[in-house]
Parts: sequence; structure tokens; C-alpha cells
Amino acid sequence: MPKLTIDDSEVEVEPGFTVLQACEQAGIEIPRFCYHERLSIAGNCRMCLVEMKRSPKPVAACAMPAADGMVIRTNTPAVEKTRKAVMEFLLINHPLDCPICDQAGECDLQDQAMAYGLDHGRYRETKRAVKDKNFGPLIKAVMTRCIHCTRCIRFSTEIAGVQELGATGRGENMEVGTYVEKALASELSGNMIDLCPVGALTSAPYAFRARSWELRKTESVDVMDAVGSNIRVDVRGAEVMRILPRLNEDVNEDWISDKSRFACDGLRYQRLDRPYLRDGGKLRPATWDEAFAAVAEKVKATKARGIAAIAGDTADCEAMTALKDLMAALGSPHLDCRQDGAHLDASHRAGYLFNTSIAGIEQADACLLIGTNPRVEAPIVNARLRKRFLAGGFPVALIGKKTDLTFSHKHLGTTPNVLDKVASGAHPFAKVLNKAKRPMLILGMGALARQDGAAILAAARKIAEDSGMVNDGWNGFNVLHTAAARVGGLDLGFLPGKMGGRDVAGILDGAGMGEVEIVYLLAADEIDMDRLGGAFVIYQGHHGDAGAGRADVILPGGAYTEKNATYVNTEGRAQVARLAAYPPGEAREDWKIVRALSAVLGKPLPFDSLQQVRARMAEINANFAHTGVVAAPWGTFGEEGRLDPAPFASRLANFYMTDPISRASPTMAKCTEAFVNPARRRTGTDG
Amino acid sequence: MSGETGMPPTDFAFTSGNKKLAKAAVAKYPKGRQASAVMPLLFLAQRQSGGWLPTAAMEHVAGILDMPPIRVYEVATFYSMYNLGPVGKHHVQVCTNLSCWLMGSDEVADSCRKTLGVDFGETTEDGLFTLSEVECLGACVNAPMMQIGDDYFEDLDVTATEGILNVLKGGGTPKPGPQGAREGCEPAGGLTTLTEKPEAQGERSGEA
Repeated sequence: MPKLTIDDSEVEVEPGFTVLQACEQAGIEIPRFCYHERLSIAGNCRMCLVEMKRSPKPVAACAMPAADGMVIRTNTPAVEKTRKAVMEFLLINHPLDCPICDQAGECDLQDQAMAYGLDHGRYRETKRAVKDKNFGPLIKAVMTRCIHCTRCIRFSTEIAGVQELGATGRGENMEVGTYVEKALASELSGNMIDLCPVGALTSAPYAFRARSWELRKTESVDVMDAVGSNIRVDVRGAEVMRILPRLNEDVNEDWISDKSRFACDGLRYQRLDRPYLRDGGKLRPATWDEAFAAVAEKVKATKARGIAAIAGDTADCEAMTALKDLMAALGSPHLDCRQDGAHLDASHRAGYLFNTSIAGIEQADACLLIGTNPRVEAPIVNARLRKRFLAGGFPVALIGKKTDLTFSHKHLGTTPNVLDKVASGAHPFAKVLNKAKRPMLILGMGALARQDGAAILAAARKIAEDSGMVNDGWNGFNVLHTAAARVGGLDLGFLPGKMGGRDVAGILDGAGMGEVEIVYLLAADEIDMDRLGGAFVIYQGHHGDAGAGRADVILPGGAYTEKNATYVNTEGRAQVARLAAYPPGEAREDWKIVRALSAVLGKPLPFDSLQQVRARMAEINANFAHTGVVAAPWGTFGEEGRLDPAPFASRLANFYMTDPISRASPTMAKCTEAFVNPARRRTGTDG
Repeated sequence: MSGETGMPPTDFAFTSGNKKLAKAAVAKYPKGRQASAVMPLLFLAQRQSGGWLPTAAMEHVAGILDMPPIRVYEVATFYSMYNLGPVGKHHVQVCTNLSCWLMGSDEVADSCRKTLGVDFGETTEDGLFTLSEVECLGACVNAPMMQIGDDYFEDLDVTATEGILNVLKGGGTPKPGPQGAREGCEPAGGLTTLTEKPEAQGERSGEA
């Protein structure tokens, strides 16, 4: 361990640390623009210069490895002068447009200019101007502001795995861009906005909408996929202005996907802000009392077994708990949270979790992907896989639709036959898995949400057991969910009851045949509404999507930014989303709606406060009592059976639109047009 | 060709001769390091495309070397000797760096402007000449100088410059190298040292 002296105090640091990291460990902040702990070192902004004994010139702290016996000084007049000089150079061409720049208030250059900037400029020549580049519908580029730190280039090359950004030209003519005009196609591109230390790259949907100091910040979790990325929700008044990532090393590190970041403008459109009742075929606004009375009347006239409930992809655990308990009180066993029909086996928790954990991917040494496209289904997981791949010695194979995962992998085939071969050990990749010390597999919803899902689950379990994926301290069996609500629903047992309870397919069939007369949709929009037949549909949710269109009664709930709610991510990590803004109009937090309805139905649920609901959740499943990830014990799950030879299909056709919020988002619509359907012919009336 | 239609070519492929040269360039580097050959390949591509690099050519090079195209654009835009737009048949590059400037590059440049009727960065209407101002081309001993095509023209003055350009205008081939009396980069006033005839090789040491 190298020991060095920084400003007269001695520090001992890990081998491989840079001087800048050593300074940070010693509690000394070094100004920087280009250095970022998750990116490679560039050393081109020169802001981090420090004095080193026996060096005739100042050294760049970010690029200088810490060595034994180094004597570093960071607070001498010479260092101060150097930093001022570097700052003066950086400001030569930087425009003085802070008043109209969205970065103002959270700008590294602005902050550091407060400390090291001169009070006047000595440069009399004109500033250079740079043509703005097209970074797609998500990123607004004002390239004149660019200080060439190259963070965006390094991010897109290293983390996102999209080698399209570069620095062209040199010296004063250097420009960051793609050279040929094209939008940057990456589902992680929004992170470049955070990385940009100046206002060169800013959020396009957020442009000129708010100032950073006007925003109220709430720490929360994301529900756009099953990763449960930690986010910060920035709100002004009642409106969510933007969403930013929040550091969580175990889940999303510093990043979030573009959908998590930009779909929030969907919260402004298509909202259900008051109850509705279907009257003569048309929905009309109603009061809560009317809506509840209509439900109560229908429930009273229906046998218990004629009532069913389906929980959607973004339903929160509190609401599911309340609805589950209400269904139990009514005496109906027909409830399901797997609206995609995935054959998830809730008998063993290990059978439906991402057991390796997202951070655990970095310890794996071989990986088999089955019926999944993590780049679309969980970009954050894909970024981890890529990070692990770049570290070397990580063979990855994919059974499923051929795709670009941003790292090289073997495509074994598209059909379950290949899976069968791997399971029987006949496939060469089975040997790779056997030889690996910590192999892992990722089973996607594309493999489970099909007729033979249970058999595929069993085959995957066999591969896991045969190749030693499950042993002391390591579990390489992973299910990658696509819905934020799924693991929570499974943990809560929001599943068909033992007494002949119907699953989603059963409920839909029953509704079609008239056996199920009432269907309670808890934010469930991704089912085939036509199959609901003549059933009386209660829709509780926040957006006027498919479910609300079919509903007979609409009970307006809150979106994930509008309630204190628990979500369990694909790893089985229970996390809490917090209320950042109140639900619009008469909409209410979801569990409260169910609680209120239960009273009208004469079966009042035994909880009146959030604490009591959460206590009930912990009673159902102890995992809700703590926040971390607990290793789930292994067991036998899935059903061995014949595999259907049909190829695996991806569940998500369009990354940008997967749930009611992203479907209502104009930004996501623009992304769909730019990246998913770029070939669509424009007609003359498109404008 | 590009110059005639005014549109950049949309596809590009090395001729079989250039393909061989490209292969030889790639072979100079260890396996897996083929990207190191990007500069010689760009040079070949520039030559083949008539003195400049259309995007299609850069993409072709990227394909051969298995590089993301942006990495090739970065190289091509960094070096001023790769031309990113069409140039005339004769690319006249006048050095105006310190040594040449002290020796009268201003007059050389002016005479080019006058003879060709274009300024730096412009191409004559007949597409014959492109005039460029360049940094040091490493022939300071014979300053001032300019490069036309592959040849250096050195020890220039106004008349020599006009002469060279007029020969080119007439379709001829001017004599490259120093335009004055001296040979190569000998001292301008004749040799001052090593004036005797050099001994034949091996004679002095008496080696067999």
C-alpha cells in the first residue's frame, strides 16, 4: 500500500489509486472536469493540476498514479495560479450565456469559476462558435459551450457500448460529435446529460422548463423496468419536471435508462383525475361515492367466485396487499399478478429472483441468456453485463432473438431445442458453463411467457443445477423480470388461490364465458381487453390507457411519483418510492382506495395507516421487513415437460413504450419515431 | 467522379492494386492491432479518390480495419494532410511557417493568388488548382517552398512560382526541387566543407 504525503498529512491508499483519489481519501477536493470515477482517465482538462515534489512542472492528479513516498501539495500559491490559468483558458471560448443555460445552478464550470475564475476576461478576440449537433430527441446540444472534457465520448464508448461519438478536428477546431449527421442510438444516452460538466448537453424535454434551484427533490425508485433504479424526482409545484439517477452501487450505479429518465412527461397527459362511471355505454365523471356504490351494488349481486382481480406491471405492493386481502375477505380465489402469463413458480423464491444480484454479475465468469434481450428489458443490467465483459474472461451466449447487446456474445439459436441440448450437456456451451467457477444464466420473460414456460423454467433449473450454478455463496440462476410489480406480487402471493383459483388466462376465459362477472384491474393494461367479454370491469389506475377504455368504473389512483409505495425489484430488493407530488384532482393513493372500497363493501380491511399496511406486508412475507437482498433458498420449481419448438420471442417490441406512463409520454413517442420506426415514410401532412 | 456531379460518392472500394498495398500495410502490425494501419489506408483511399476522402472511403477503411467509423473520422479530421472535400487536380500547398515566411513566403503566396485567381482554401473554376496554406513541410533549408501533388518546389521567388504554375496550366511537368542554382539542400552559396571528392566506400578503412 503506497504511503504518500498530501499537504503535510500522510495518507495510505490502495495500490492503483491515482493522486486525485488519494487526495479525496485525505478529504481534499481537487477541481476537475474530465475525470469521472466510472470512466477511463483522459487527463485533458488540466484542472486537477497539483504540485509534486521533485517534479519541475505541476502534474495532473487524475492521471498520476499514487506512489510510495510522493509529496503532493494542493494548496500552494503556485497551484492556485495554475488552476486560475487553466480556468482562464477554458473560459476563452465558453459563452457567457449562463442566464439562458439550463445547466446554470448545477454547472461544474460555473461552480469552479466561482473559486478559480478571474473577475474579468483578458481575451479580446471573438469567441469561437460551433455548429450544434443532432444528439437525438432526448439530448439538446449547444456545442459552443463544450469544453472538450470527452466524458460523453468515453461514456458512449465504454459504458453504453455505442461507438458513434468522437472528437473530430484538432486544436481550436476540435468538435465533439458524430461527424456524419445521426441521432445517437443508445438506451442509456440520457446519462451523458448528467456527465456533461457544462451546458453543452442538456435534457431536451426539460429545456427552459425550470431552474435547478426551484425544484423540490424527492428520493425514490423507478418502475419503468424491474431493475428498481434509484432515482431522484425533481418537482416544481405539482408537476414532475425531471428524473435523475441516484447513486446505488448495488443496483444502478450512477446510471438510469432513457425510459426511466424521460418518460416522466407522460405523467402530465391522459391522467385519470376523478372517478368515472359507464353510463349508457359512455364514461361520465362521477363522485367517489357514486363509483363505490356502483361497485358495491355489482359485488352484492355477484357470487364470490365470479369476482377476479389482476394486478398490472406497475402496481405497488401496498395496493396489492390491500386488494389481495379484500379478495380474500370477499371469498374469491381468482387473482393473479402475472398479466403477461409468465409461468413463474412462486413455490420457491429462488425460482423467480435475479439471485446473482445485479452487482453480483461482476463476479460471474460465464453467462447464458435465455429468451431475453437485456438491452431492451433492463438496460442497467445490460450495462453491468457489458462492464463484466470488458473486464475479460466472460463468455456470453444467447438463446433467443439475435440482437446487438453492445458486447460480443455467441448466438446459439432461437429455439428451445438449443436449450434442451444445453440442458442435456450435448451442447458445447454446456462445457463452458461446467468449466466456469461462477456461471450464471438469465431467463427472460420471452422464455417464460409461453405455453411451455413451466417446462422451460424446469430446463433452466436443470442447467443451473448440472453446471454447478448453485453452490455455497453463489447462485447463478436468474430471472429477469420486465415489470416493476412482478416480484412484489409474487412475494405477496398475489396469485390464484388453492381452491381452483384462476390465473390471468383463466380469468380472461372465464370472463369470455360469463363465469367471471367482475374483473378488478389494478393498473393492468397489458392484457387483451377484448377477451373480457361482458364482465363488469373495475379499473384502478392513473392513466387513460387500455384498461380505462374498457372499464365500467374507473377509480383514479396515483402514479409511482405520487404515492409512498414499496416495489420489489428483480433481485428481490424491496425499495420504497416516495410521494414527490400529490395525485392530480381527486385521485388518491392506491391502497387507500382499496381500503375505502372495502368499507363500502362491508368488509373493512384491518389497516388504516401506511405503517399498518406495511406491517401486514411483513406478516405475509418477511422480506418486506428489511431493505437489502437476502439469499433465497434453492428448491425444485418448474414442471418438466415437452418444449415447444417455436422460437423465443422478445416480450418488448418497443423499449420506449411499455407501460401507461411511457405510452402517454410525448418524448417516448418521439424516441419511438426516431429509433424504433425510423423507416416510416413521412407524408406531406406530417408537417 | 465527384467533381463532375457535385455530389460526394456514396460508395467506395479499393482497386485491386490498392487492396494489395492495404494488405501489406495491415501486415506490418501484430494480429488484432490492424487499426494501427488506419493512416496508410486513408492515404491510399485519398489517392484513389482524387486527392480527398469522401465519407464512403473512410467507411470502407473502417470496414477493412474493423473499426467503428467515428474512430476513422477522428483520425482523418485530425490530420491536415487528409482533405475532407474535393481538391483540384493540382493541390498547391504553400508553406507560410516561420522559415518560409522569413524567406519571402508572402510573395510566393501572393504570386500564387495572382496567377491562379483564387485565395487560400479555394479551387479554380476549371477544377485544376486548389490553393492551400500549410504549416511547415520540413524543407526549411530550401525556404520558401510549396508542395504540388507529390513534389516539393523549393527556393521559390515570384518568377519561379509563376513559371511552375504556368507550366502546370499548360499541361506540362515542371522541374521539382530547388528552383535556384543549388543542388538539393546544399548551402546556398556553394559548398564550404567536405569539398573534396568522397572516397569510395571501404577505401579508407581498408576493409575487404
